[in-house]
Amino acid sequence: MSTEQIHEIRLNVNGVDHEAAVPARRLLSDALRHDLGLTGTHVGCEHGVCGACTVLVDGQPTRSCLMFAVSAVGSEITTVEGLARPDGELGPVQQAFRECHGLQCGFCTPGFLTTITAGIAENPDPTEEEARDMVAGNLCRCTGYQNIVKAVCRAAEIAREGGDAL
Amino acid sequence: MGAKVQRVEDDRLVRGAGRYVDDVAPDALHTAVLRSPHAHARILSIDVDAVLDVEGVHAVWTYDDLEGAMAEPLPLLIPHPTLTHGRTQYALAKDEVNYVGEAIALVVADDRYLAEDALAQIVVEYELLPAVVGIEAARAAERLVHDDVPGNVAARMEQSNGDAAAAIASAPHRLELDLEIERSACMPMEGRGTVARWDPDQNRLQVWTSTQTSTGVRAAVAAKLGLDLGQVDVITPDVGGGFGVKIVHPWPEELLVPLAAQKLGRAVKFTEDRREHFISSAHERAQLHHVEVGFDDDGRVLGLDVRFWHDHGAYTPYGLIVPIITSTQLLGPYKPGAYHVQFDSLYTNTVIVTPYRGAGRPQGCFVMERTMDAIAAALGKDRADVRAVNFIQPDEFPYDHGLIFQDGRELTYDSGDYPAMLEKIKEMVDWDHFEDFRAAKAAEGKRVGLGLACYVEGTGVGPYEGAHVHIETSGKVKVATGLTSQGQGHQTAFAQIVADELGVRFEDVEITTGDTRRMPYAVGTFASRAAVMSGSAIHLAAKRAKEKALRIAADALEADVDDLEIVDGVVSVKGTDSSIPLGTVAVLSNPLRYAFDEASKAATQFSVGDPGKPPVAEDDEPGLEGKDFYSPPRSTFASGMHAVIVETDVETAEIRILKYAVVHDCGHLINPMIVEGQIHGGVAQGVGGALYERMAYDESGQLLNASFMDFLMPYVTEVPEHIDIDHLETPSPLNPLGIKGAGEAGVIPGSAAFAAAIEDAERLPITAMPISPSQLFALRLAHQESK
Repeated sequence: MSTEQIHEIRLNVNGVDHEAAVPARRLLSDALRHDLGLTGTHVGCEHGVCGACTVLVDGQPTRSCLMFAVSAVGSEITTVEGLARPDGELGPVQQAFRECHGLQCGFCTPGFLTTITAGIAENPDPTEEEARDMVAGNLCRCTGYQNIVKAVCRAAEIAREGGDAL
Repeated sequence: MGAKVQRVEDDRLVRGAGRYVDDVAPDALHTAVLRSPHAHARILSIDVDAVLDVEGVHAVWTYDDLEGAMAEPLPLLIPHPTLTHGRTQYALAKDEVNYVGEAIALVVADDRYLAEDALAQIVVEYELLPAVVGIEAARAAERLVHDDVPGNVAARMEQSNGDAAAAIASAPHRLELDLEIERSACMPMEGRGTVARWDPDQNRLQVWTSTQTSTGVRAAVAAKLGLDLGQVDVITPDVGGGFGVKIVHPWPEELLVPLAAQKLGRAVKFTEDRREHFISSAHERAQLHHVEVGFDDDGRVLGLDVRFWHDHGAYTPYGLIVPIITSTQLLGPYKPGAYHVQFDSLYTNTVIVTPYRGAGRPQGCFVMERTMDAIAAALGKDRADVRAVNFIQPDEFPYDHGLIFQDGRELTYDSGDYPAMLEKIKEMVDWDHFEDFRAAKAAEGKRVGLGLACYVEGTGVGPYEGAHVHIETSGKVKVATGLTSQGQGHQTAFAQIVADELGVRFEDVEITTGDTRRMPYAVGTFASRAAVMSGSAIHLAAKRAKEKALRIAADALEADVDDLEIVDGVVSVKGTDSSIPLGTVAVLSNPLRYAFDEASKAATQFSVGDPGKPPVAEDDEPGLEGKDFYSPPRSTFASGMHAVIVETDVETAEIRILKYAVVHDCGHLINPMIVEGQIHGGVAQGVGGALYERMAYDESGQLLNASFMDFLMPYVTEVPEHIDIDHLETPSPLNPLGIKGAGEAGVIPGSAAFAAAIEDAERLPITAMPISPSQLFALRLAHQESK
């Protein structure tokens, strides 16, 4: 069997450039986790349905299991590790999830956090129905979503109060 | 205790700093497993030669490469005298495969991509055998799953209390019902995963695995690999959900990965993908039930006879736990005059069946509650009233059902108050005025229905859990308990218990779970047992540490133990300035007082111990620690009632949830926020089980919906917008904290409540769940035709 062609790539993740050598088929999720060691991004289905692996690519929620690492070159990627405030305190969505008990096992959580971060940037004052809409593409098996919806509204509130630029 | 304390787990989890199995050992080799594409086949040959040419492959194994205990079938974890024909699979299939997904070969490679490339090079020659799929086919037994198991029957079990047949025969009214529940599965967001490292310098194996029992895995790995228990450490890091499936052990991969690590001298990892989880972990729920019931004019059940058939899939590694639970927990809060139950546990060529949250109770609850509704309909009585006349009354506890429960102990309920609970749930949904609501909706052209379901859940089964509490010289309290955590917030709830008992600050307590290095004696996290078992053990261990702390502090402060109190980690003589921090007491507890820290320096001002006796007294040990185990005589019995109001679309038969109400009694609450979170999650799984989730096997045993595209797990759009929860707290007399388990409760009455609500809306019998809009639509048509 022939050796796979390896691509030397540079990925900008959470504002930092990382270099990696990956074959073309390497998924962005695997590159983040295994090449860059950013294991906060989780893989729940590998077919783009559960949303656990959601990261922001140029601000847009993106399923990192449906994107090749080589395709992410030149984009700004934000993972869950990049959601804390510059001073290290929890960001608004992280803080809201903690306050509202929006997580149990925590496996799907990073995908919700990134999705909601983008969501409240677009809609800083969501109604409960809009909050539901915002997370309607992510699966959680633990929480029954009740407290996640609360956390969306609370995150927006924290962000508004703090004047956070999301 | 009792406070809605925010979880200590969350800070790291929301930062992406959790540690799940796939996150550890980044240098590990990866594995992939060749799985059977056929539901039933003989393996004629396996050719792995081509794999050896694949670059980056380190090993490929089939059954022929396994030796010793590894070449024996996997253990049957819970034998039972009635399980006369128990069968388990091999770590890698030997000669025959019995379900799509059964492991056949293992490849170890540099990464998962290469390992999967290699799998594609393996050539297996099969002789196809006819598959047995579904309970009807298993019962018909025209084909056998295992040649040496006649009738596909692994077990037939029977229990009774009184003469049910005679009671039914002589009852004023009689009914028969046939009731069915389909297959579903736990589906944690994180699948299975195992990492192992062999340390050649110490001859030790370290295994990280996503399990609900680290001690169980440890014992299994040691036995199968021929290692001493002391050579194997099993660590359960963060686990991305379990819901039952991860109590099964050892999975083939949980043995093959450690074996590979040992043989190759490298860290080795298995991370299951979603399709693998569908076809090679475990399912649950599928049962057919036939009910005969005799009752009086008030709806009081005089005799109940239940015959049911349980589909346990291709093998029986977890014994008969699920059907035993159905057969006993079916009784719920009721006391039938006489009861007889018999079940057959049947082989099919499908994925194995082991407990999924609720573990046989959702089926039992469905059967009993459908029966209650049928009695009410037959008598033209209110459904709640019929339940009420059958309730065990508050003054009848402990109540002995005259049966044997899953743990081999008597089915004796410890406490409860079902009439009070019924009043609460009726009020929450305005039960008495529902007809007004129905009429108002009907005037808008809408069809609504109300359903009610009651359950009792045996929680906190034994045999035991233990805890170790260590107060360090810093004053920080390090606690270890052996069972594992999968999101239940144990680090928070258990720290609350310790802080309360010891009188230390909550934030100074750190809980470790599921690490055999810290607590090698443990059972596991299942059966809603963690709070009851480990919570009680931790309470007892903290009490021991406290007793010792007070004894030493009394000596140091020259005071009487009874005059001391501990507040915020400082022991003081009540009403005086005389005090000593717990950290300093910890220094004094150890005669070897090296002054490494401030507490040690501070300790020099105190003098403890009798100079005329040995530095460590005969009945004492150095250090400020407490260790204890909790082993109850029997389970605690939590209970609850759910009510749901649905609207069924007149045109499309879509089912919309208008209201969902829960009354729940798990005794004293440790952390109401966590308990409510557990209920929320359970209710969502109940919705899934009632309206969406099913395993679509075709007749050849192929699982057609083995992906999240096709297996419809609820998103936020499928769950109730709000879940109204009320608590009743009847403490358990069986443990020091008066608690009962809460983990599984939320899911148990889901199918029963929805079936009742849909039946109430549609005025046609609902006897099988889950139910989709198209099935409801078909039922409407059939019902109209039959008229």
